[in-house]
Amino acid sequence: MAVALDNPSNFMTTRLRQAVNWGRKYSLWPLPFGTACCAIEFMSTVSSYNDISRFGAEAVRFSPRQSDLLLVAGTISYKQVPILKTIYAQMCEPKWVISMGACASTGGFYNNYSTLQGIDKIIPVDYYVAGCPPTPENLLSALVSLQDRVQNEGLVPSAERHQQVIR
Amino acid sequence: MSQKLVDSLKSEFGDKIVSVNNSCGDESVLVPGDSLPAVLKYLKESESCEQLTDVIGVDYPERTERFEVNYLLRSIANKSRINVKVAVEEGMDIPTVSDIYKSANWAEREVFDLYGVKFRNHPDLRRILCHHEFEGHALRKDYPIEQGQFLSTPEKLIDDIEYHGGAFRADEVEGEDNPFDLLNVNIGPSHPATHGALRIEVQLDGETIVKAKSEIGYLHRCFEKEAEDHTWSQVMPYTDRLNYVSSMLNNCIYASSVEKLLGVEVPQRAQIIRVIVSELSRIIDHLVCICANLVDIGALTNYWYFYNIREGIYYDIIEPLCGSRLTTNFARIGGLSHDLFDGFEDAVEKHLQKMEVAIKEVTGLIARNRIFLDRTVDVGVLTTDEALSYGYTGPCLRATGLDYDVRKHAPYSGYEDYKFDVPIGENGDTRDRIMVRMEEMYQSASIIRQGIQKLTPGPIALDNASVSLPPKESVYGSIEGVMNQFKLISEGIKVPAGEAYGYGEGANGELGFFCVSDGTGQPHRLKVRPPCFPIFSAFDEIIEGLMIADAIAILGSINIIAGELDR
Ligand code: SF4
Repeated sequence: MAVALDNPSNFMTTRLRQAVNWGRKYSLWPLPFGTACCAIEFMSTVSSYNDISRFGAEAVRFSPRQSDLLLVAGTISYKQVPILKTIYAQMCEPKWVISMGACASTGGFYNNYSTLQGIDKIIPVDYYVAGCPPTPENLLSALVSLQDRVQNEGLVPSAERHQQVIR
Repeated sequence: MSQKLVDSLKSEFGDKIVSVNNSCGDESVLVPGDSLPAVLKYLKESESCEQLTDVIGVDYPERTERFEVNYLLRSIANKSRINVKVAVEEGMDIPTVSDIYKSANWAEREVFDLYGVKFRNHPDLRRILCHHEFEGHALRKDYPIEQGQFLSTPEKLIDDIEYHGGAFRADEVEGEDNPFDLLNVNIGPSHPATHGALRIEVQLDGETIVKAKSEIGYLHRCFEKEAEDHTWSQVMPYTDRLNYVSSMLNNCIYASSVEKLLGVEVPQRAQIIRVIVSELSRIIDHLVCICANLVDIGALTNYWYFYNIREGIYYDIIEPLCGSRLTTNFARIGGLSHDLFDGFEDAVEKHLQKMEVAIKEVTGLIARNRIFLDRTVDVGVLTTDEALSYGYTGPCLRATGLDYDVRKHAPYSGYEDYKFDVPIGENGDTRDRIMVRMEEMYQSASIIRQGIQKLTPGPIALDNASVSLPPKESVYGSIEGVMNQFKLISEGIKVPAGEAYGYGEGANGELGFFCVSDGTGQPHRLKVRPPCFPIFSAFDEIIEGLMIADAIAILGSINIIAGELDR
């Protein structure tokens, strides 16, 4: 298939960063780290009524090595901590994290001996979704906000973020 | 009904029975620790108490014999129950009864984990809910609720055996039972097929499971400790998150358990609405269980069929009714939070009809489907006796052919006035468990329709100032109303001292709340008897000898909900 090189309308100029991020933002592959009630609402978000594939994030992968969006949905107990840390470490760059629901974000109304008081104590978080549980609409809205953010990030976004965390 | 059991025990054991007590109609006998196995054996063999419902620890720091362990026993054949108690001093141990009832194995581990009571000769006395690096015993009254403890490395479940870096069969090694042939595989706690935070470590010979060991506690959210830290009414939202797929059922059963201890009965209309929403929840639970189970065996289409019905019920009925989809917080001690909305009946009827169509469609897709039958018939079989010994209740027990249903056996909330059948299976295999649930949805729909017929206008909460909140007009319009509201909210409902075990038919089986009150506004002890816990304790035994893919199908069919399993 030949492209007429002399026709200007066959070309578009953009910056590499924007082209790459445009691709990234519409193909987020979520890994649902669902432990509790919030995971049920995630199931609703994926199923046909709310249909997350309208936003390009329907390729749900349960292997951390294949996914780039970690969706922590549910209460994280201290017993889960080493597992969540491992899963996050196993994901390849670039990667983003959504903390879905009150429990994952702050411990929710479980302030006790076995509940981690927010996953940001162990891994960096990009978006917190409020609610107990957040409705599927809330989650979709967080996804869209995250996409905006992905669009405006650098080429190696999470490496930059890690530096911030370390600092 | 239990008086006969007490008399029989008295004549058999004479002065070994330290004391007999009756609280809210529940009989209990206190026996010395050393005679416990003899008493339980006698009850099982001579009085046909087939089931040990639960083992419950209670801490009374002011007593010398600080811990009290309650063994709730049930005879399904004679429709009777009894509670055998043992008092234990700090540092002393009591004999295990796990050789008499298999359900005691995990239940005793839980008491050991949370209270530190030791069970002599227990086959595997490890922690079960808290992690293995945890220090102290969390449910003791002197353990501070907020004192969290980090875990550094997960526990190893099956001792490392040597294996050839992932090769199933190392050809150079001969012999059938050679450990070189076995491969350790860890499933979970973050695995799509476990539907929640469970972990199973299996030893495989090819694809056959030689040995399995499961671990729970990944979603331990300290429901019971939180309950002791809140007032009786504040516990209600916590019950939503036990079995979060059918939270209305938990709400209603919790409320009726506390009402049993209070000795009050809610108005007729509230009872009927409770039945209706409970059955709606049961339908939702069964829909989710079956569709997720079918996904596990590769039948994805059914998932969309069933999940859409559930979404419709959530959006059109549950959300208008209580303002939230999942965490409903609908019942109140003494009644309900609010009345039905206009058009409730029509919305329900519309969705019940859709549900019936969906069930027909799904049944059409699977009932004679070769793949489905190959994967489920005669797979994961449990006999009735084993199921009873493990403490099974609900659809999983009924699938083995026994028609035990709390709604028929010990009716509550007026279930005796409804006509419905209790579907049972034949073999107790995966298919039976799925099909029993399918049929139960039809029955629930019929109960809901009967309930709607029965609805008459009336109050939805008890007219009792010491239990129900006053109406808002009175709170804003009179000083008594303000005072009443303030006292109920800040001090909680004053539940008279005593203990009671209230239970009902949850979606997965018998859901019970063992409530101990010391007369203040907060529970002294609130133990949940989750149906999943005993069911999952049998999982290792069921799957040993089967293929690993079957294990996944079985796990889906016994419907383990981590929120209620780990509490
Ligand atoms: S935030 Fe609420 S709904 Fe989500 S896991 Fe926590 S308790 Fe459950």
